[in-house]
Amino acid sequence: MSYSKLATASAIAIAATGVANSAQAEDLTLCWAAWDPANALVELSKEFEAQSGHSMNFEFVPWPNFADRMLNELNSGGQLCDLLIGDSQWIGGGAENGHYVKLNDFFDNEGISMDDFAPATVYAYSTWPKGTPNYYALPAMGDANGWFYRKDWFERKDIQAAYKEATGQDLREPQSQTELLQIAQFFQEREIDGKTVYGAAIFTERGSEGITMGVTSALYPWGFKYENEPGTYDMEGAVNSAAAVEGLEFYKTFYETATPPGYTNSYMGESLDAFKSGQVAMAMNWFAFFPGLAADPVTGGDKIDFFVNPPQNIAASTLGGQGISVVSYSDKQDAALEYIKWFAQPDVQAKWWALGGYSAHNSVLQDPSFVDSQPFAGDFLEAMDGVQDFWQEPAYAELLLAMQKRVHDYVVADQGTAQEALDKLIEDWTEVFEDEGKL
Amino acid sequence: MSDRTIDRVAAATPALVAHKIKGLSDRAIAWIFVAPTIFLLLAINIFPLIWTIRLSFTNYKANRINREPEWIGLRNYERILTDSDIWLNMQATAHFLIWTIFFQVLIGFALAWFINKKFRGNDLWTTIIVLPMMLSPAVVGNFWKFLYQPQIGLFNYIIAFFSGKEPSSFEMLGQVNLAPWSIVIVDTWMWTPFVMLICLAGLRSIPDYIYEAAEVDRASKLRQFFTITVPMVLPFLMLAVLFRGIENFKMFDLVVQLTGGGPGSTTELTSINLKREAFEKWRTGYASAYAIILFVTVFGLASIYVKALNKVKER
Repeated sequence: MSYSKLATASAIAIAATGVANSAQAEDLTLCWAAWDPANALVELSKEFEAQSGHSMNFEFVPWPNFADRMLNELNSGGQLCDLLIGDSQWIGGGAENGHYVKLNDFFDNEGISMDDFAPATVYAYSTWPKGTPNYYALPAMGDANGWFYRKDWFERKDIQAAYKEATGQDLREPQSQTELLQIAQFFQEREIDGKTVYGAAIFTERGSEGITMGVTSALYPWGFKYENEPGTYDMEGAVNSAAAVEGLEFYKTFYETATPPGYTNSYMGESLDAFKSGQVAMAMNWFAFFPGLAADPVTGGDKIDFFVNPPQNIAASTLGGQGISVVSYSDKQDAALEYIKWFAQPDVQAKWWALGGYSAHNSVLQDPSFVDSQPFAGDFLEAMDGVQDFWQEPAYAELLLAMQKRVHDYVVADQGTAQEALDKLIEDWTEVFEDEGKL
Repeated sequence: MSDRTIDRVAAATPALVAHKIKGLSDRAIAWIFVAPTIFLLLAINIFPLIWTIRLSFTNYKANRINREPEWIGLRNYERILTDSDIWLNMQATAHFLIWTIFFQVLIGFALAWFINKKFRGNDLWTTIIVLPMMLSPAVVGNFWKFLYQPQIGLFNYIIAFFSGKEPSSFEMLGQVNLAPWSIVIVDTWMWTPFVMLICLAGLRSIPDYIYEAAEVDRASKLRQFFTITVPMVLPFLMLAVLFRGIENFKMFDLVVQLTGGGPGSTTELTSINLKREAFEKWRTGYASAYAIILFVTVFGLASIYVKALNKVKER
């Protein structure tokens, strides 16, 4: 072959390769909430960009606006997001309204098995109808509502002695909800290092989902159930059972006697602020924030420790976390599926955990070194064993807002009784299910 | 050549255009000019209104595109008008509306009265007073949230200073009995300058010779106030009340920033509740009926009020 022919052939080959690459390389946009794990995902995704040639863009929305923004996007058939890490409760609407791509065939073709992921996360984040092998998401971020506390205060001899004197018990990580309240009440308005501190930061936010997530952290351990039999929508006697009423009264007592003043509309951010500013001895929040808390230069390190939501009648925690879905309105679905395939790999999942994300992959969770890999890793495993989630129905937003109203009216605004609040909640939910044609 | 404006405009029209519109009547030309505006009005206002009325008789949900909406007659209206929670929202709105207008008129008129006097620094004070209304409601809501903070908020410390109470012993935004007043205070702080400016315009429109004549008739200052100032400023004041009434009936941003409608539903005004129904619960048909009820309420009240205003003007 002459030199000129060789040069021409090379040029054609190079041009062809270029055309092929530019045809495959996509600009993918992944949508999620703006919080610590999202930053970890940006870091993790660099590896995907290097391997695939696709470039990743991220649309992170602050939590209070996340549901509004993303559900509007989906409902309008928007093409902003190719991949969406949506809340677990959106799975019903995502599936029934055709927002999410069904992933069964893709999983089968690529050899991705849901048996490789923690069963609770597969059930909560991926399946619709619940528990059936119809998958609309890959478990992306395991999460639950947990607790953290000022270990340095708990270990102080003077505080331990004062607690013993006040309660006759040792100051330790609470083993029950009632002990949790007792400890919080002990710290309420206590002087520590010349500063008045308070018991605990809990969720009381009205606008999005805050108080529901907080209240259910008390209701579930008391034995609250959504239905008498799953799938029947028979709520009378379950939602307003004696145990549920007691659990709701407990949360109100907690709010009234063991939280900082003005704590009437607080969620994740306020809980973190209250703890980091040294205002409270304990706080509830999602495990997702725990890596950042442990690394905090002021209140992290030796000063902090973590515990799972304490049991009462049963052990239970409120589920958080999300699955990753491909948005059906995206015109880059192949590239988006490539991302999910890459993300499902065990080594990527291991890096995800190392960077601060919560993998739901069994290879990570069942690794013998997992429990000691972080101070909260063991608590996370324990929490995920007992998680319960809110309704995941397509009408979840209506169900959620009804609960936000009823429990905020009772707990924060002090209107009516716990029994009345839960009775009214059943009326609201019945109306929603009647509208849905399910009752 | 005629001096009439229309003739001068006709003379100035280029020959080509004049040729094209030749033969069209004045009415036809008027329609040509007005048609784009009417079209826009129909497209942006009238069509959505008619569509909303239609939706209000269905169970349509904008987020359930796969579900065919059903005609349910007056069921949405019946549900809304018999829902005790909605009546509580109406009460919260009425409380907010009545008290904000009361305080804004009272303080706004008093401020206008003082500012209308000639004194040194008059312009500077006017500028300072109108500053709050130039701010964004979102900003105002956020910084008043800090002012109301029970532990570090300046408002609580000022009240504590005068009352001797502990600053953290009360929560303006968190207590059921105080939260409705907290939003009244902020709205009054923000919008009193607007009422003041309108009153000021009214006060400055009163000719001096009327007061001079009253002086000659030995009318006291008090009598001058009630027989000259108040009647002549009243149409302006009523206009301010109309503007503030309509604005506050649809108040949303400021209250969402301050309380989010809480504690419980204490400050959940109708606009906040409507937004939740329409864009959070996605009960589009129900929310349409709700919007129509509110529209009829505001339209009806405003019409009655405008008639009263016209009567006052005629006097």
